[in-house]
Amino acid sequence: MSSRDLILGRVRAALRDAPVVPEAPRDYRPAGTNRVDLEMLVDRLVDYKAEVYRVTSAEVAATVSGLVGAGGAVLVPPGLPEEWRPEGAFADENLPPDRIAAADAVLTAAAVAVAETGTIVLDASPDQGRRIITLLPDVHVIVLRPAQVVASVPDAIARLDPTRPLTWISGPSATSDIELNRVEGVHGPRHLHVLLLTD
Amino acid sequence: MTTFLGMPATAPRGVGHLRGDQTFPRAARDALQNSQLRRNLRHATTTIRGKSGRVIAELPDWQLLRDAGSGIKTDVMSRLPELLEQLEERVVAVGGVVHWAADANEANTIVTELVKATGSDRVIKVKSMATQEIGLNEALEAAGITPVETDLAELIVQLGDDKPSHILVPAIHRNRSEIREIFLRAMPGVDPALTDDPPVLAAAARRYLRETFLSTRVAVSGANFAIAETGTLGVVESEGNGRMCLTLPDTLITVMGIEKVLPSWRDLEVFLQLLPRASTGERMNPYTTMWTGVTPGDGPQNFHLVLLDNGRSAVLADTVGRSALHCIRCSACLNVCPVYERTGGHSYGSVYPGPIGAVLSPQLTGVADNASLPFASSLCGACFDACPVKIDIPSLLVHLRNQVPHAAVEKAAMAAAARIMDSPRWYASAQRAAKMARIAGRRGRGLPPPLSGWTAGRDLPEFPKQTFRDWWAQRTDAPAATRASGSSGGPSGSSGGAAAASGGPSAGSGDRSEAPDGTRSEREDGR
Ligand code: SF4
Repeated sequence: MSSRDLILGRVRAALRDAPVVPEAPRDYRPAGTNRVDLEMLVDRLVDYKAEVYRVTSAEVAATVSGLVGAGGAVLVPPGLPEEWRPEGAFADENLPPDRIAAADAVLTAAAVAVAETGTIVLDASPDQGRRIITLLPDVHVIVLRPAQVVASVPDAIARLDPTRPLTWISGPSATSDIELNRVEGVHGPRHLHVLLLTD
Repeated sequence: MTTFLGMPATAPRGVGHLRGDQTFPRAARDALQNSQLRRNLRHATTTIRGKSGRVIAELPDWQLLRDAGSGIKTDVMSRLPELLEQLEERVVAVGGVVHWAADANEANTIVTELVKATGSDRVIKVKSMATQEIGLNEALEAAGITPVETDLAELIVQLGDDKPSHILVPAIHRNRSEIREIFLRAMPGVDPALTDDPPVLAAAARRYLRETFLSTRVAVSGANFAIAETGTLGVVESEGNGRMCLTLPDTLITVMGIEKVLPSWRDLEVFLQLLPRASTGERMNPYTTMWTGVTPGDGPQNFHLVLLDNGRSAVLADTVGRSALHCIRCSACLNVCPVYERTGGHSYGSVYPGPIGAVLSPQLTGVADNASLPFASSLCGACFDACPVKIDIPSLLVHLRNQVPHAAVEKAAMAAAARIMDSPRWYASAQRAAKMARIAGRRGRGLPPPLSGWTAGRDLPEFPKQTFRDWWAQRTDAPAATRASGSSGGPSGSSGGAAAASGGPSAGSGDRSEAPDGTRSEREDGR
């Protein structure tokens, strides 16, 4: 007997009482309940030690250059809009990890942001790139369009495509493992900047 | 009774970390001596409780989310076979390989073989309760493979040759100076000028692990959930070590308890609200990674999912106990438990400490192997209130206490006690004997052998200076007292009420000045 059949047999035997279970109640606030509150998003992002800047699309490139410093190496996913790219940005064309890690910052778009939790979700679309590029550089800059912001977690789940690789980000990497002191940046990017577009 | 192959089975002995070397009371006694430990724990649990309470209060529908979480989990357990089959089908369809492991030994063998097949002699690990439960690290080491824990707390535990003591913050029992000492002693290449400043310690771990992340081709993880409908798996974390392990290697091996499956993608809208707020007290944890099979050009190109039973089917077979499988390992119940706060996680002897450990471990191993754990609680109910999926842990504890096999001596003592309490005259003389024992100087907190085992885990109440009967006899007139002690005809073995009715002079006579005293006190004693 295969272990698969063994386990399924055991589980069926365990359920010999044939429990009849009513459908789970879902009286909580579903998707579409709440109005999107951009101020709340900013507030929560800042609370999580992310830095938020409100800029127009035309100001993105200059803002990123300002953040990274002159001559900083900014990595971008291949599908990032041209107008956002700061001068000297280099695109990820299947770069090896050490090249990615050597970037001073990575600049991406996003898929969805959740105001209530201060969370930004990347879904590896061409303007966000492979998961690895937002993992190794120490600084991650995300450009967020207001239309991508939703109110709550149910709204985000309703919008996202589960078949894509998803990374939910709430503030920079943090640990609380030493006497529960929050320390930013253990393994992931230590700095998260969010450029919230105003146009 | 013959065992047929599909019979639910408990976790095997001799492998994994579900059984301690000591009973809970014995281990707890040592922990209670450690004031440093108690201070660390109190600080940690109070901090998390406060944070968690604040962010939970932000959600107007918290209780409704709990109801939903509980309802979804109950539904999952009721149709686990079909959901597991659906999950398998989906994961395979999106390029994953699914393995089924009946117990810890089989899971360890599967993972070890998979790692060997890659040619790698090292794996990077994401913190996972399931792999701790089965003792995977020991199995890998025995096969010449080095497992590297990448969560900071797990790394502290691993380098310190220690055991985790909390589900969420495994090194909660260590303070910064201890962590510094561990790093100086065991972390290769560490700066000898290391201070005990938390950011400095975290940076040391970052430096130490960076190269390992980039050069290891295989990762092992657990999973916080798996969606049957889509084949999506998810890991919730803070540090980014999870993302590293789940993204950088060529091969990803995920070990997951069969109870972690959720029916639909939409269910995540419930659990992603419940878990972080109940667990770390955050609105959302810093990182969550979700993957559905393999994505060409992004992340691991080989994905293996190991579905683990290891006693879960036995838990499921108990119609009451099965709700322990609803647990999403948030650790909220640990942080509110007065027993955990004082004894720490190691006392529970299992990787699952605290209230949930006290119900889950005995069920996974069979109650006989963890018989003291259902008693490791004051039944105060704080864990039930804290649990985001509303597991009624106190009721489960009581349910399990009834299944604990009692030692023969204890059983005999209990039977004797029942007989004595059943008989008013024997009870009265037993009380006098107890008083004698006290006068003779044998007072104290324990009973002599063979009953010492029973009192080892319980304080024997001190007997009052005067028994109720003596007190009553003194305050009423002598004839009534005489009648009370002489009336009820010896140890008939019948119930107290019946004895009183047959032996009492005039229970129904209405002669309240004389009769009720003896009768009534016998009745109360005799129940
Ligand atoms: S029993 Fe409930 S409170 Fe305790 S860890 Fe599990 S889900 Fe959390």
